[in-house]
Amino acid sequence: MERLTEKKLAHLYTNANRIRELIIESLLHAGSGHSAGPLGMADIFSALYFHILTHNPKDALWDERDRVVLSNGHICPVQYATLALAGYFPIKELLTLRKIDSRLQGHPHRNSIPGIETTSGPLGSGLSQSIGMALALSLDKKRNRVYCMMSDGEHQEGNTWEAVMFAGKKKLSNLTAIIDRNNIQIDGFTEDTMPLEPFRKKYEAFGWNVIDVDGHNIEEFIYSVLEAQAVYEKPTAILAHTIPGKGVTFMERNYLWHGKSPNKEEAERAIKEIRSLGNKISHE
Amino acid sequence: MNNEEMKLNSKFFSHAPDEAPTRDGFGDALVELGKENERVVALTADLKESTRVEAFSKQFPERFFEVGVAEQNLVTIAAGLAVMGKVPFITSYATFSPGRNWEQIRTTVCYNDVNVNIAGHHAGLMTGPDGATHQALEDIALMRTLPNMTVFVPCDKEEARKATKAMTHIKGGGYIRLSRDVSPIITTKETPFIPGKANVLWESKRPKVTIFACGTMVSRALYAAEELEKEGIGSIVINIHTIKPIDSKTIIAYAKKTKCVVTAEEHQIAGGLGSVVAEVLAMNFPVPQEFVGVKDTFGESGTPNELFEKYGLGIKDIKEAVKNVVVRIK
Ligand SMILES: Cc1ncc(C[n+]2csc(CCOP(=O)(O)OP(=O)(O)O)c2C)c(N)n1
Ligand SMILES: [Mg+2]
Repeated sequence: MERLTEKKLAHLYTNANRIRELIIESLLHAGSGHSAGPLGMADIFSALYFHILTHNPKDALWDERDRVVLSNGHICPVQYATLALAGYFPIKELLTLRKIDSRLQGHPHRNSIPGIETTSGPLGSGLSQSIGMALALSLDKKRNRVYCMMSDGEHQEGNTWEAVMFAGKKKLSNLTAIIDRNNIQIDGFTEDTMPLEPFRKKYEAFGWNVIDVDGHNIEEFIYSVLEAQAVYEKPTAILAHTIPGKGVTFMERNYLWHGKSPNKEEAERAIKEIRSLGNKISHE
Repeated sequence: MNNEEMKLNSKFFSHAPDEAPTRDGFGDALVELGKENERVVALTADLKESTRVEAFSKQFPERFFEVGVAEQNLVTIAAGLAVMGKVPFITSYATFSPGRNWEQIRTTVCYNDVNVNIAGHHAGLMTGPDGATHQALEDIALMRTLPNMTVFVPCDKEEARKATKAMTHIKGGGYIRLSRDVSPIITTKETPFIPGKANVLWESKRPKVTIFACGTMVSRALYAAEELEKEGIGSIVINIHTIKPIDSKTIIAYAKKTKCVVTAEEHQIAGGLGSVVAEVLAMNFPVPQEFVGVKDTFGESGTPNELFEKYGLGIKDIKEAVKNVVVRIK
């Protein structure tokens, strides 16, 4: 990972807002899909693809790449937007999201578009697959890392905890779980629907290193990934505290925006807000 | 000709039918059941609104349980409730329940032989833009191979309501397959619904073929029959709302009458309605059969109509199957 300069940091924030715009535009054209989760993870995706990952957008299957698994597949608009911005495929293709014959499926499909490592959507299957990839990398004596993007809601699935237990037992230090702790799911707030706290203690009890970060502080997030890389004896879970819908005030913290796409008027308002915020940051 | 005894919705054949999703009929029935039978309870896995248990949960909060995103827990808690004499309904998307929790259904519902009723929502290509991960095309096969399991595939909202209500009276597990998007209302309150008894909805004077359809393909089969009639090909359309137990008597009787059959379903050809009909006929009265269904492939994102077209489930595909099968009669 290169050194994080002031200039680079500002660039990462600018990219995050560009990703937000692309999310809104693609969802508007799709006419359905998820808004809150993708917007909330834009800062982290910008940090990952424009700073942290070892990858090559022109050669998506490059053997030496880090692997990113999107376990909570419904937030794929953020991954699609980021991949397009990074150069994996043309940005204009984002407007085909969820349409017939498109490479951009409503939930990610392996091999349908460069940069998607595995199929997801059904929750709770990503961490186990990430473990499989991490095991394969160690068997092949490779030093690339596996980043598993997860949601808080999918920690209600038994399969998730079977995986947490296994990774702890195997001390899979090349595996990092990045958890979108946004406190919402479909039926409401996670703590009302099916409480997940104490989240940190649960992971610790299974032998993981746990780092709490502000998921909108890119600098802090990058340092947490550096720490994860430095911890040799344990897998790391980064609990990224995020605001669902971040950047669009009328969507923020509102679980009703989990699975809804904006209409034209809402999209215009959203993009206006994202742009003005972007200007503020780049002028600072 | 439209079978008058079935008291179908007159608007259906005017081609300006009312439309509604079958999941709405399920939700309405659940509230009725809540009032009629205090043993009825409902559970969901973080999908309260889209699986239409919201109204039940508001009216009977003490009999409603939210389990979070946990489909295996969903069905096994329900099995425990049923062992104690409760009548649980569990709701999720069909790819997850009965998809993800199939073994738990097999052992704790079916082998236990308890009355757990499974609502498989967002079945089929009707799920649309969410894509293949969310379009269950295998659930009929998964459920109909289990002993002590009844399987309903309602053709419209009204039939979904009746089937849901019938589930509480049937011993053992029950499965009802439901769709997300709207479909035409074919039946009325007066249309008979007897579990395990197929409904003959259309009967031409000189039928050359019998079309067995279920779920969303029933309306398409009826419209195909109407067009075929105009082209001089008479047919019979039978709604197989109950896949298990199957109405062998009706299937055999009509195979004898028309000497060839077509099956139509929004499901993989392998293991679904077509397979059931083929099993019945192979054992009793083999005749040529053509299968309209999904051909060993996954779906994708798109609108339901685009997908029905692309995956060979349109009215024209049923007509084509009819034309192919009638010439196979020896
Ligand atoms: C196995 C499974 N069950 C149910 C669903 C339906 N579903 C989609 S997202 C979601 C939960 C949302 O919680 P979270 O993952 O935290 O999403 P957020 O709103 O934070 O993006 C559910 C239940 C699913 N995708 N997979
Ligand atoms: Mg969440």
